[in-house]
Amino acid sequence: MIAAIEITTWQIALAALLILINGIVSFRFRLGMERTLVFAAIRTVVQLWLLGLILTWVFELKSWWLVLSIAAVMTTIAGWTAASRPKYRFPGMRRLTLAAVWASSWLLTGYVICLLMADLRSWYDPQYLIPLLGMVLGNTLNGISVALSSLVESMSRRRVEVETLTALGATRMEASADAMRDAIRTGMIPIINSMMVVGLVSMPGMMTGQVIAGMDPAQAIRYQIVIMFIIAAATAAGTVSVVYLATWKLFGPDHRFRYEVLLEREKQT
Amino acid sequence: MTLDIELVHASLLVRRVGDQTLLNQASLRLCAGDRVALVGNSGSGKSLFLRSLAMLEPIDDGQIGWRGHVIAPATAPRYRSRVIYVHQQAADYGGTVEQVLHRPFELAVHRERQFDRDWLVARLETVGRSASFLEKDHQRLSGGERQLVACLRAIQLQPEVLLLDEPTAALDQTAALQVEALVSQWLGESQGHESAMVWVSHDHDQAVRVSNVIYQMQAGELGTFTEQVKEKR
Repeated sequence: MIAAIEITTWQIALAALLILINGIVSFRFRLGMERTLVFAAIRTVVQLWLLGLILTWVFELKSWWLVLSIAAVMTTIAGWTAASRPKYRFPGMRRLTLAAVWASSWLLTGYVICLLMADLRSWYDPQYLIPLLGMVLGNTLNGISVALSSLVESMSRRRVEVETLTALGATRMEASADAMRDAIRTGMIPIINSMMVVGLVSMPGMMTGQVIAGMDPAQAIRYQIVIMFIIAAATAAGTVSVVYLATWKLFGPDHRFRYEVLLEREKQT
Repeated sequence: MTLDIELVHASLLVRRVGDQTLLNQASLRLCAGDRVALVGNSGSGKSLFLRSLAMLEPIDDGQIGWRGHVIAPATAPRYRSRVIYVHQQAADYGGTVEQVLHRPFELAVHRERQFDRDWLVARLETVGRSASFLEKDHQRLSGGERQLVACLRAIQLQPEVLLLDEPTAALDQTAALQVEALVSQWLGESQGHESAMVWVSHDHDQAVRVSNVIYQMQAGELGTFTEQVKEKR
């Protein structure tokens, strides 16, 4: 195996300077994101460093319950994070994103593990399961979070419209149909876009990594194709389920839009 | 001339937010033929009460009956389709006026009804608009015209009860009178049917014009007449 170029700490420090660009943008346009940015940058470093420390250990795990525990922790973090982006929140929102992330990512990852990789010596082989789930989670988290943001923002922006339909006798599904459709579309756009340009513009990280590490490109693209489809399906499933769950939650059993439960999140500084 | 057929009966509605009581055991029995005007200072809870009648607000206590029955949650859309609330400000929708008017017919609850363009054209003529009004872009309408559209949209569904939430508050005199004309025409036509109306207004003259009984809302309380019941027509 040809060794890849080694990156020194000094080079990482130089790369870290690039985050200043984000800082300047935030400052110039008064986005108020400086603190979040610094926090996010530090998290990137610390989390990846920790991952590097434990990855070898994780890949050598032999017991299914340990692998599943790690998967569970990853999923919970993804579900938790998906609920922190929307500008509006409502009680129980976190439970919905957790449910949507769990259901979509585990179902689809499980499907692929069971059917497509049936020749794995064991289904819980962490070397496959963990990175696969990680990639699925990273993308569904995004779709779910974007769709939920879109839904709650348009419901609160279109409150009069939604209520007018309700007042004319609409059910909750009828009253929120437009907002739901927009939210689902918004949640699915990023993955469809990346399916459009994959290989032309974007070189997927996993595939590139496999090739760098010496894998036959013909095999690496097969992996990547499978991954793209799981991600697309999981994003669709996650997006649709979070939008339905949230709509369910935002309306009472009497099909009334419970506008009073939607609260604007305090501005982060 | 009031037929004593009870349409909507709100009893002892209570609504609290924090330590404030916004509705304090407000009750209203609405019978066929009633034309109620609801007046009161801003913040007195009259709009909230009206929205509660339409089941658009949560209530902490009390109940709303429809023709003698408590409304089961699942039948709320049916109730709302017969007891229609019209917002103070009409939302702006994309599309033509005709599309906006057609919208309720796409709802499951109104699927049996027929969209009647001729009826709408006739109705528009009474408020000085021609058939070409239907082709107009809804977003380009004035506030008054939007309110006409909102009222027409409700009236064409032949509701039992119209709940009008200061429909003319933001309109000039001419537009306000046109809205009044539309509603009174509907009431005139539905003499044979069982119909009633609640009109929230802060304009005393208007309240007298449109109603046969006036209630006053004060600090969330309702129930005492401040005006004599006057015989209308």
